[in-house]
Amino acid sequence: MKDLIKLANLPISDEQAKSLESAFSETLEVFKNLTDLDISQTEPTNQVTGQENVLREDKIDEDRMLTQSQALQSAKHTHEGFFVVPRLIDEK
Amino acid sequence: MKNNLHKLTLKKALAQIQSGETTAKKIYADCFSQIEAGNKDLNVFLSTNSPTSMKQFENPETTLQNCPIAVKDNICIENEVTTAASTVLEDYKPAYSATLIDNLKLHGGAVIGKTNLDAWAHGSSTETSQFGRTLNPRNPKYLPGGSSGGSAAAVAADMCTAAIGTETAGSIRQPASWCGVVGLKPTYGRVSRYGVIAMASSTDSPGPITKTVEDAAIMLACLAGHDSKDGTTTNQAVPDYVSLLQKSISGLKIGIMYQDIPGLKIANPYVLAAAKVLESLGAKVELVNALDPKYAVSVYTIVQRAEVSSNLARFDGIRFGNDRSYFGDEARRRILLGTHTLRKGYAEKYYQVAQKTRTLFIEDFSRLFSSYDVLISPTSPSFAEPIGASEDSVMFGELADMLLEPSSIAGLPGISVPCFHDEKTNLYLGLNIMAPAWREDLVLQVAHAYEINTDWNSWRKDNND
Repeated sequence: MKDLIKLANLPISDEQAKSLESAFSETLEVFKNLTDLDISQTEPTNQVTGQENVLREDKIDEDRMLTQSQALQSAKHTHEGFFVVPRLIDEK
Repeated sequence: MKNNLHKLTLKKALAQIQSGETTAKKIYADCFSQIEAGNKDLNVFLSTNSPTSMKQFENPETTLQNCPIAVKDNICIENEVTTAASTVLEDYKPAYSATLIDNLKLHGGAVIGKTNLDAWAHGSSTETSQFGRTLNPRNPKYLPGGSSGGSAAAVAADMCTAAIGTETAGSIRQPASWCGVVGLKPTYGRVSRYGVIAMASSTDSPGPITKTVEDAAIMLACLAGHDSKDGTTTNQAVPDYVSLLQKSISGLKIGIMYQDIPGLKIANPYVLAAAKVLESLGAKVELVNALDPKYAVSVYTIVQRAEVSSNLARFDGIRFGNDRSYFGDEARRRILLGTHTLRKGYAEKYYQVAQKTRTLFIEDFSRLFSSYDVLISPTSPSFAEPIGASEDSVMFGELADMLLEPSSIAGLPGISVPCFHDEKTNLYLGLNIMAPAWREDLVLQVAHAYEINTDWNSWRKDNND
């Protein structure tokens, strides 16, 4: 569970993790019924529209661009026109 | 002075505006009075636009003629707070609007407010909203369903003329059923998802929640169509849903699903009664066998959690919103489960198996639609559940939506129309009508024929329809 919490990037205390764990096992239990069905010859479905290779021209569409101030407008922490991000390296 | 204009169906409102009998401004004001009177108790809207803030009444030459429309709060509107009912986004103002909002405004819809939902649209009760639960306006001791519970409640309480919700697997149809209104889930790809806060990207389908089937047809025509910003929308033409409603259902072949599934003792008899009505209108109805929906619950739960864990990874508090410590328990559970079913060593056991089983459901529907034009089932196993019911079970939502999950994972269109009213509790049951992909015209046609030949719709009398 600890690894999973780290992988999911969720700040959860040990106590909270415990309470989430029982719900977790309960849900996994439900999935067991999938072993009833024969899927040995079945292809997976990743999308249902049947569309393939929906591409756009490799051209900048200015209608969809945000200005720098629009892009930054909802950020809690900015610095001289940039997003402030948590330190990732050299934290000891 | 209040003129009871909030009770008008969309069709009637448009007719009265057109004839000069009333104005959109007056209708908007009456709906807003309903919000002012009821929202404190029912908690339907998370934000509202007062009549004085509206500048949109000057554009009458449009389909919707500035009628007041409620919008689920997981749909982005430029520079208006859009929360997805989570404190992560409590003050988030998007820099752009969803395509469906652009379409709505282009067609003259006036957004009267943003409605409550299960946080991130995770749930079927509207109880997981981090801004408090919504109550069912038909009977406030009961839940409105969800996740589009606020939109369904807004329609049921006459706080708008029509509303917009989103459905991943049941989130339009189930609250419509519980609130005694009409909910249409379009084919996946019929209405653009651009600007809708992503939940499960492979099934998310925005659509209308309305007072009548005809209103749903009017609304869908305004929302549907290709969007270059959403690669899953297609170029195919949007039919004239409103005129197609008038087509007779005589000769249509209708399959009745799930009569053999245990636990449907309450809802199933009313589906058979509805089938009799359709039969009397010339349709040929038959019981059919279908793949057990219990497998769809597993497929949907795995696929949905996996897509949730990926989609919610972007909420890191850097570019917008608060940090990840603000997620509620339901979102945490879903993120963790999705992360688990996608992680190395487990993806083959869960995610791959679910995607293959999903194919079995698509094949099963193809088989059924080779013999039947439409399929019907209960929308929900039962009536609205009492307040607090979702807190008892982690699988509450999936069980409430069990009968809708098969058609949702297959991407098919479906509509829920009221098919019974319990006078004691004032609660409703819904009839779910499904058709092959892109055939919203068929579900609307059958639903309309059923609606106008029965007395379950609570607006028909008032509106002399």
